[in-house]
Amino acid sequence: MIDQITKLEVKNLTTCFRSENKDVTAVDNISFSLKKEETLCIVGESGCGKSVSALSIMGLLPPAGYVKSGEVNFKNKNLLSITSNEFEKIRGNQISMIFQDPGSSLNPVMRIGEQVSEIFRIHLNLSKKEGLEKAFDMLKQVEIPDPESRMLAYPHELSGGMAQRIMIAIALACNPDILIADEPTTALDVTIQSQILNLMSQMQTKTETAIILITHDLGVVAEMADNVLVMYCGQIVEYGDVNTVFNSPIHPYTKALMKSIPIIGEKTKRLDAIPGRVPSLDMLPLGCRFEKRCSEKNSQIELECQNNIPPIFDINQKHGSRCWLEKKTE
Amino acid sequence: MSKLGKVSDTLSQSLDEDILLQEPMSMWKRTLKRLWSRRSGKIGLLLIGFIFLIAFAAPVIAPYDPHEVLIGKEEVKLKKRESPCIHLLGCDTAKPQHLMGIDGNYRDQFSRIIYGSRISLSIGFSTVSFAVIGGVLLGALAAYFGGWTDNIIMRMMDVILGFPSLLLAIAIVAVLGPGIRNALFAIAIVTLPAYARLTRASVITVKELDFVKASIALGASPTRLLLFRILPNSLTPVVVLATLGIATAILDAAGLSFLGLGAQPPMPEWGTMLGSERNQVFSAPHLVFFPGIAIMITVLAFNLFGDGLRDALDPRLNN
Repeated sequence: MIDQITKLEVKNLTTCFRSENKDVTAVDNISFSLKKEETLCIVGESGCGKSVSALSIMGLLPPAGYVKSGEVNFKNKNLLSITSNEFEKIRGNQISMIFQDPGSSLNPVMRIGEQVSEIFRIHLNLSKKEGLEKAFDMLKQVEIPDPESRMLAYPHELSGGMAQRIMIAIALACNPDILIADEPTTALDVTIQSQILNLMSQMQTKTETAIILITHDLGVVAEMADNVLVMYCGQIVEYGDVNTVFNSPIHPYTKALMKSIPIIGEKTKRLDAIPGRVPSLDMLPLGCRFEKRCSEKNSQIELECQNNIPPIFDINQKHGSRCWLEKKTE
Repeated sequence: MSKLGKVSDTLSQSLDEDILLQEPMSMWKRTLKRLWSRRSGKIGLLLIGFIFLIAFAAPVIAPYDPHEVLIGKEEVKLKKRESPCIHLLGCDTAKPQHLMGIDGNYRDQFSRIIYGSRISLSIGFSTVSFAVIGGVLLGALAAYFGGWTDNIIMRMMDVILGFPSLLLAIAIVAVLGPGIRNALFAIAIVTLPAYARLTRASVITVKELDFVKASIALGASPTRLLLFRILPNSLTPVVVLATLGIATAILDAAGLSFLGLGAQPPMPEWGTMLGSERNQVFSAPHLVFFPGIAIMITVLAFNLFGDGLRDALDPRLNN
């Protein structure tokens, strides 16, 4: 089922949210796998289901959400069917997660040293003193300046970048197999962003952790990713390794996204925008979800686009696109 | 250990243990400093310190045993309910000194007032701790689990809140029988819902915050979440209410004792002393005046302290 190299396998994951009238599908049938030391970026605009897929994997969905079907295989276990006690042992230990806003992710009434050391005490049963020593090491590794005094600081005394470093220290403390980073740099300014990204890739090579990086920033993707998943309206619309997706995108949505990146230093006309808006999740079109905004549809396949959801067509082993245009190339 | 692996080992050596194991202090120090900078907090703190000093040093300060009947034990014959005799203020030095006079049973009123501070303080703290522990526990459970648990607990609290508090306390004492312990219990039960409501409200807010989710993502168990994440972050308003609650508890206990339902004679409880001499208010006003003043000062001290604490713990009033 899962070989040595593949760390995580998500199969046909579908997550729904209960709403007043009917259930809304936020993540629709996504599948992917994650190898050792791989960085997988999930990109897409707000509300396309990036974060919800991550929360589904972690079993942290809000009360209204539930996983309708699918499998999340990790170390010969389906994470969707294990008990919450078993899951507690995996979370933070083998799969960790860091969040968008580092400032509010730390307990405001606990000193940094204690918070970092707590993870060692939870998962490795170390004593308070041993935990503090390990915590001190972790702070040094994530390059916190003046770690002695930071150990005693409270979260409000840290800057955003510093707090995110602490979160990374906590998340990687137990050498997890997988780190899920949900927009880890969105709340930080640009210079700090690149520092944090550098830190993440440094730590990744040290700990051999596989990273799932959720972002809407294509610059971050270009810097970090090995492979990319592009999501739109809860579905994967294109996947592939980062070079292929950036250099020769196939899906019209991905192409449009690439066109909307400003190039610094180049005098251009207005940036290209994607016309129209994202359809609401409770009123999805019958066929392709991007059909109304697509610039490449033609009269030949229009009917197909309007009435049938395209499957993912594999271009080659590593590259696929959910578009009827690829049908003829098969 | 192998999981920790090379990452930690590479850099782990020099490290100053003293720094790592230093005990937290700055938060308390800061609060105390802010409390001291406000007049109400300062006065409250001083008064409470004063009352505590009296309570601890009662055997040293009090010239007589509070239960000792002084008939025939002094050279000059004592009158029942004799008014205060203070040598400094011109009282005949031949007579023994009684700072607050003699009560209806020939006991030294001053000694009784001094010893009464012990009883009042222990009443205040024990009822409030009972009410806070019970209330915080119930409120936190209700908020954390929500749904049916929440409904059952909070509706019970609503029922208690539905009665006028002193009336309910009287009813509880009437059922259990008068006595200081039952009075304490009754007051604790009556004040408990306020703490439960307050805790529930702040736990509901705190449990939705990001760091709680982050903790779940890092593998914290529900118990750890509730005890180390959510509760410490939601206790500030409870601390303030509890300080003010001490004053109310002392007042309520004195009230019950006045009615004869709390502390029973000969216990030197201020409310009891007030109650047993209430008919002598014109003939021997000192027997009503001094216990009343004692109750007032104590209640005032805790109210001022609570007010000051509320300001000191409010981050928006940062100066």
